[in-house]
Amino acid sequence: MGIIAFLDQYGVRLMKAILVHLQYVFISVAIGFVIAFVLAIVLSRYPKLSSIVIPVLGIFQTIPGLVFIGVLFIYLGMKPITVIIALGVYAVFPILKNTYTGIINVDPELIEAARGCGMNSLQILYKIEIPNAMSSIFSGLRMSTIYTVSWAVLAAMIGLGGLGEFVYRGIETNNNTLIIGGAVPAAILAMTLGYLIDLIEDKITPRGLKGGR
Amino acid sequence: MITFTNVSKKYDEITVVDELNLSIEDGEFVILIGPSGCGKTTTLKMINKLIEMDKGEIHIDDKNISDINGDELRREIGYVIQQIGLFPNLTIKENILVVPRLLKWKEEKCDKRVHELLELVGMPYEENAMKYPNELSGGQQQRIGVLRALAGEPPIILMDEPFGALDPVTRESLQDELKVLQKKLHKTIIFVTHDMEEALKMADKIVFMSDGKILQVASPEEMLANPADSLITDFMGRHAVTTEEQYHDLTCKEVMFKELIFVSETEKPLEVASKIKKSDHDMAVIVDENAAPKGVVTLDLIKQFQQADKKIVEIADTEVEKVSENKLAKDAFNQMIKDNKNYLLVMDDKNKVTGLITRDVITNSLARLVWGDMDWAL
Repeated sequence: MGIIAFLDQYGVRLMKAILVHLQYVFISVAIGFVIAFVLAIVLSRYPKLSSIVIPVLGIFQTIPGLVFIGVLFIYLGMKPITVIIALGVYAVFPILKNTYTGIINVDPELIEAARGCGMNSLQILYKIEIPNAMSSIFSGLRMSTIYTVSWAVLAAMIGLGGLGEFVYRGIETNNNTLIIGGAVPAAILAMTLGYLIDLIEDKITPRGLKGGR
Repeated sequence: MITFTNVSKKYDEITVVDELNLSIEDGEFVILIGPSGCGKTTTLKMINKLIEMDKGEIHIDDKNISDINGDELRREIGYVIQQIGLFPNLTIKENILVVPRLLKWKEEKCDKRVHELLELVGMPYEENAMKYPNELSGGQQQRIGVLRALAGEPPIILMDEPFGALDPVTRESLQDELKVLQKKLHKTIIFVTHDMEEALKMADKIVFMSDGKILQVASPEEMLANPADSLITDFMGRHAVTTEEQYHDLTCKEVMFKELIFVSETEKPLEVASKIKKSDHDMAVIVDENAAPKGVVTLDLIKQFQQADKKIVEIADTEVEKVSENKLAKDAFNQMIKDNKNYLLVMDDKNKVTGLITRDVITNSLARLVWGDMDWAL
């Protein structure tokens, strides 16, 4: 089946699936980002605590998404919130880890200089630490987004749409075209979002932080 | 005025600063020096409360710093660190304005201040203000580091080995600039270093510390002349002794003028005069075809005779004393003064003229002894 014929037959459904998929990704990454960001800042104030918390969270991250979404499904039922919570939880860790590392690794001389200038810890955080951790934060965000695009395929497993629907239907009916028709747009979506994030990062990174330092 | 009264600081069981008493006058350039671990940096950082003291009091004017909030105190005291610590995410302008912005200065005032400061170090605003730190050289970065400390117009500036990471040439020029700045701005500067040469060059007052205690507080001259402790002698001994030896052993070759003008015996006085005028000197050496010296002629001599048709050698001073270039400079100076000569020709062992010693050479050599080795424009 050619692309034209495929689009002719499934175009509308594909568009709808992409939109649903995007919604899952955006909402869960946004929620995950806020939680991860706040948590990372809190943890960066207590490095001792974080040496316990971060590895523990890392272990949770290894629970297969399939299992997690299944368990949530049992408690929450077939609602979009089930998918969003599951994806959101998975989105937290890469952002948390990278934001934390980024902040911790800001050159201590900069912190000392900032204190010497009379900045309080809040000012040091938002004027110095966060801007200088930006590239690390962005790479966490990029990672989470791309993962979430692929994990969102699981939503179809509990009948909640997205591009996974094509994949599951294809597997059930032994229809390779459908599988590819779901997988390829998901891959393109992941790449496009990754590229957009790079673009935004480039836009907001001051020249002084570019070109390797 | 900054006063330390019985100030102590311990880390675990190790006392790094021990019952320190010190007072620093307004406008003084004070250098804290000593072997590593002597407590000099800790002493410095207790002034702006980057390190809290355990015991004692520090007063700035009549305010006890323990009554002042640390962040607010630090906005009133400039601070420069060795690693420069410019914020890479901010432009040069924003870096300079960190403290004024914390002090909530108005935008026009901030703008004016940046112009003024960049001008102070000869880095034009248009060219530099919008650059980022990584676009400047190390020396330029530390100039900005110093400007950042000056920006909020603090009366006191703390500097923690500010030039330690720079190459020797840059370091020297920044030292000179800082000295000039301090003369101009009358800031109280407290400066930590482990480099005695830097201390002798910059300080009004040197505070020598060891094991958390002050061994001596003195002006550079006094410390050189009367070191209070053998440790101090060791620390600068090398410096003090070698300078002396070095200058006592200078040879004529090392002090003489080298860029001579040579003219031949047959040249006309006017030609010679114009050659001399084109140079930085006021005399020329007359040589024969074998490069053997026949005499010296000065502009004054040519003017005196005003005889355009004579050969230069006829009006020249042909009885010039000669010295070997390996002779000790001080002996040559003695000879010159004893014989009441204005110049001596310096010869190599092949009887060729290699230089000239004049009264200016003596002056410059003496100046070097007094002010240290600088780039003397001869």
